[in-house]
Amino acid sequence: MMYRSLFPRDWLSELDRLQHEVQNAFHLSPSIRGIARGGFPAMNVGGTPQSVEIYAFAPGIDPATLDVQIDKGVLTIAGERQRQAATAEATKHIDERFEGRFRRVVSLPDDIDANAVEARYSDGVLRISIARKQSAQPRRITIQ
Amino acid sequence: MTDNTAVKKTPTKEEPALLPPVDVIEDSSGITLFADMPGVPKDKLHLHVEADTLTIEGEIDLERPEGIVASHIEVGVPRYRRVFTLSKELDSTQVSAELSQGVLKLSIPKAEHAQPRKVEVKVM
Repeated sequence: MMYRSLFPRDWLSELDRLQHEVQNAFHLSPSIRGIARGGFPAMNVGGTPQSVEIYAFAPGIDPATLDVQIDKGVLTIAGERQRQAATAEATKHIDERFEGRFRRVVSLPDDIDANAVEARYSDGVLRISIARKQSAQPRRITIQ
Repeated sequence: MTDNTAVKKTPTKEEPALLPPVDVIEDSSGITLFADMPGVPKDKLHLHVEADTLTIEGEIDLERPEGIVASHIEVGVPRYRRVFTLSKELDSTQVSAELSQGVLKLSIPKAEHAQPRKVEVKVM
């Protein structure tokens, strides 16, 4: 898989991101499959000054079987999606949904606090909120 | 991630939408359709059956913290839409739907007259 930083810091990746956004603006439906090029689950990543937010679009999964890990600044989401086996006399006309094992890896910015992570699963979306370190947050300095 | 503006737009045909991946399985009793629509809550899911056209539509509604700035987007359109043409032997008045963890399950039974029947062959 091609490596691409999800947290652009340098102007090259900013340029890359700009290019993607321009492309998306012209092609209003970015993906015909509903799942974007990155694979399953599709992910959106964003941030606020206090936290980093990761949304993984992984429908129809038992949250207990999801494996979410943070190790050395790398977030891994892994799991398996199983479908019920069709009965012998049933015919499958369309077969597009993802099935099987999946794993996605995101490299996190340096200022996150790996101990302050919250993960929730609702409506088929796994949302992971990782707080940024207190020391990294903007502070007002009082002048003596 | 788009701006969560207060202005609510009614979905029109012109608005861009993602095509949700589906599985369609047919057996003797009818057709079962599964569609992946992560992020769509029950109240934002719209199903229309008009004549022989079935439309599945859903709005993605994610909880977002204030002031979030997106840095990587794969799901860039907050809407799913897909249209299917139903065949005559399906009973569109009996469609039942279930939405659980972002997966929509639609069951469309076959009309009574289209159910398979065993024809007895009499040996004379």
